[in-house]
Amino acid sequence: MNKVVKNAEEAIKGIKSGMTLMLGGFGLCGIPENSLKALAESGINDLICISNNAGIDNFGLGVLLRDHQLKKMIASYVGENKEFERQFLSGELEVELNPQGTLAERIRAGGAGIPAFFVPAGYGTEVAEDKEVREFNGKMHLLETALTADFAFVKAKYGDYSGNLIYSNTANNFNNMMATAGKITVAEVEELVPAGELDPNQIHTPGIFVQRIFKGTNYEKRIEFETTL
Amino acid sequence: MALDKNGIAKRIAQELKDGYYVNLGIGIPTLVANYIPEGMEVTLQSENGLLGIGPFPEKGKADPDLINAGKQTVTAMKGASFFDSATSFAMIRGGHIDLTVLGAFEVSENGDIASWKIPGKLVKGMGGAMDLVASAKNIIVATTHTNRNGESKLLKKCTLPLTGVACVKRIVTDLAVMDVTETGFKLIERAPGVSIEDIKNATEGNLIVEGKIPEMKL
Repeated sequence: MNKVVKNAEEAIKGIKSGMTLMLGGFGLCGIPENSLKALAESGINDLICISNNAGIDNFGLGVLLRDHQLKKMIASYVGENKEFERQFLSGELEVELNPQGTLAERIRAGGAGIPAFFVPAGYGTEVAEDKEVREFNGKMHLLETALTADFAFVKAKYGDYSGNLIYSNTANNFNNMMATAGKITVAEVEELVPAGELDPNQIHTPGIFVQRIFKGTNYEKRIEFETTL
Repeated sequence: MALDKNGIAKRIAQELKDGYYVNLGIGIPTLVANYIPEGMEVTLQSENGLLGIGPFPEKGKADPDLINAGKQTVTAMKGASFFDSATSFAMIRGGHIDLTVLGAFEVSENGDIASWKIPGKLVKGMGGAMDLVASAKNIIVATTHTNRNGESKLLKKCTLPLTGVACVKRIVTDLAVMDVTETGFKLIERAPGVSIEDIKNATEGNLIVEGKIPEMKL
């Protein structure tokens, strides 16, 4: 099945204000740069965004934040974004912070058809507020619910026309789970090849989870903290 | 004399054992990697999806697709593996990590830890810290004994929002090594030249001193 669309503008068709989006990446590593740019240019707002981080000021998700396109963020670590902190503390932006593993599992569960599950992370903390607590094997756990999205945006190194994806190094992170949890999953890739050219043994995300795929352009792949010997 | 950050990291490195899988948090914990004893095989896990963190890359060889959980460019060791975040936290939640080392704003005498939020000030998020402290078999906190204002970080009860409850096992500070016990912080070792009195003065929570307390050997 050919799922190729021309570019990011075509890939974001159908997104309306108020929708819930997932955006892959950890920090700026493995973020869907082209889709983020198209979303910023679209002016769509009131979005609920599920992403581990919130980009940095003026790049990645930070651009949507700056232009007040976000109503709510569901994230785990937002440390490198001053505008985020300002909007959060002033109450302009609704924020739900999740333990990172819980966030990852909520997304995985959403894609796998598991409505809720128990984890120990956050027991006895403010994360536990209003959540069911249950003891298993002598340890307290919180009931956490699954997350899905109207659109999920992921970025891979390689993809084929059928939507099979292969990530590069630590650029996999949240992308693999998010691909499974979007009603429509958009994959942008650095290299797009015809079906049959990727080794089926090496596929991280099987094509069934991807509805639209395109070859991204002009990747900046910014580094947040370049550390060398 | 109180230890510097590297001294704290050096002392924590003595807790490592051959074959350990270890998750090191941001800050002082990251420095522990510099003091892994020679000949010992320790595999470092990074919760963004890397098992087998290597040293920083050579100049000009940084790969934007290869970072640690602190978002610094790193390399991968021989035999390393990459995976997604759900798999990464399966390693953590599933109890496959032998040792977690992380920083803290406050630790209470029953092992509660506060490390992620200062109300009205700092909003960074908990990242993977809550998952790590809730599931790790062994947690060592690496921190200075007092904060910038000279106030103790080792308290009867934490005042800041918690990261986890009754989870910290051992604390290594610039002044001392302490274990969390049912009755409070049990003093195990003191930094070279630091007196028990100094440690008592810097500890708000109950400090248990039994017998002779040796100096750390660094």
